[in-house]
Amino acid sequence: MAYIEINDVSKVYQREGEPFHALSHVSLEIERGEFICLLGPSGCGKTTLLNTLAGFEDPDEGQVLIGGERVKGPVPNRVTIFQHYGLLPWQTVEKNVMLGLLAKKMPKEQARATAAKYIDLVGLSGFEHVRPAQLSGGMQQRVSIARGLAVQPDVLFMDEPFAALDAITRLKMQDDIHRIAEEEGVTVVFVTHDIEEAVALADRIVVLTPNPGRVKEVIKVELGPDRLRTADDFLAVRDHVFDVFGMKPNWNVEYVI
Amino acid sequence: MSKVLKGAVSFAVLLAVWQVLAVSGAFPSSLFPGPGSVAGALVERAESGQLLLDVGASMYRFFIGYVVACVSAVLLGLVMGWCTRAWEFLNPVVQFLRPISPVAWLPFIVLWLGIGDTPAIVVIFLAAFFPVLLSTVGAVRRIDPVYLKVSKNFGLGSAQTLFKIVLPAVFPVIANALHIALGTAWIFLVAGEMAGTQSGLGFLIVDARNNLRTDELLAAIVAIGILGVLLDWTIKQFEETVSRIWGTGAQGAEQ
Repeated sequence: MAYIEINDVSKVYQREGEPFHALSHVSLEIERGEFICLLGPSGCGKTTLLNTLAGFEDPDEGQVLIGGERVKGPVPNRVTIFQHYGLLPWQTVEKNVMLGLLAKKMPKEQARATAAKYIDLVGLSGFEHVRPAQLSGGMQQRVSIARGLAVQPDVLFMDEPFAALDAITRLKMQDDIHRIAEEEGVTVVFVTHDIEEAVALADRIVVLTPNPGRVKEVIKVELGPDRLRTADDFLAVRDHVFDVFGMKPNWNVEYVI
Repeated sequence: MSKVLKGAVSFAVLLAVWQVLAVSGAFPSSLFPGPGSVAGALVERAESGQLLLDVGASMYRFFIGYVVACVSAVLLGLVMGWCTRAWEFLNPVVQFLRPISPVAWLPFIVLWLGIGDTPAIVVIFLAAFFPVLLSTVGAVRRIDPVYLKVSKNFGLGSAQTLFKIVLPAVFPVIANALHIALGTAWIFLVAGEMAGTQSGLGFLIVDARNNLRTDELLAAIVAIGILGVLLDWTIKQFEETVSRIWGTGAQGAEQ
């Protein structure tokens, strides 16, 4: 049995009196340690699916099992990283990272040491006593990732975590999260609408289509840990994803030799 | 031109107009004291030590009324913002009581609680309580849901979420409400002290009126204005510090 099992999950919202099928009979299996990207345009239900996995929302139909147990709500060993970081602005970086540890009743000194380790892991040593508002968006998201990893979760759910960052910062963050996820052996479910981001990160890309939100295709990305965004094999996968979205005009063929 | 200089200029013009009107003879000087005689009365009061006693008495009442109002309004506001159902029952009553001027209750306050410090404290309490309560409830209800998600995710309990996450998260809004409530409450100080007190700036005004000392009356008004500006400045520093730490960038309204 797979680590995460999504069995025939459906979710309907009322939108201006009309039913909106955010998710329609979605099934998916995710193995432990996998890096999964949920890719699709706005309204395809990718964030709804993530919220369902994380336990913030219940499915109307079907069920989600993680480690053989039904998801009933959010738990500390499965951490969600939000697009707008969700940091506590009145606390220092260190205190933010200690949040989950202190909630687990870890002794303060031990929590501080653990926090220092993860602040270092995301490359923010020296910023322990700074408040989030004094950091750039990329650095704030690093704090949020450190806070998530500090509780040593089994799963990270990431909801378009880099969408608010500038392009260069985003590339650096992608490389770092790819490396860190590998090192920590954590399972990642990563929501994005950026095709290149998905190709750069995922072991498998789950392509979703909107209204009703369905899995259109699952693409296995066999590119290894070091992915060069300009390499031929990278572009081939990217090309394939474009194709799945029907966004590859036919005249493109003329340029392919 | 710097802010201080602009302020100096506008006060210089105000004083000049006042002085011209006073010496023009349009009003008898006993009814319209000039800046000089008001300053004289102020200095006289200050030198006798009476001014300090009155200011002290007023500040004492003001701070008790204001602080008790703020603490209780924030606590009740947190709980009511959190328990939406309960607020739906309380809100109509609050909306009914809120527009009633605290001074209207003054006869009952005196009848029930007697004279002395209490009426002023209660009037100030009433003036500060409702704005802080409504702002706190509104802020808690409109809190960014990501804070609650984070709290749930890391397994914080209800009480921890309320006091460690929700209260600090909405604190910039509360700080702004405290600022506004301070001004409102200060306005009601004089009215509160008009009911049977024997000290304070409000009493000074009643006393000066009874003795037809218009110079003392205006001196008391000037003192109230100056203290109001000082209090406002102090809490504005506090509010700006909060928004700087929180990174909300929302500066206090320019007043």
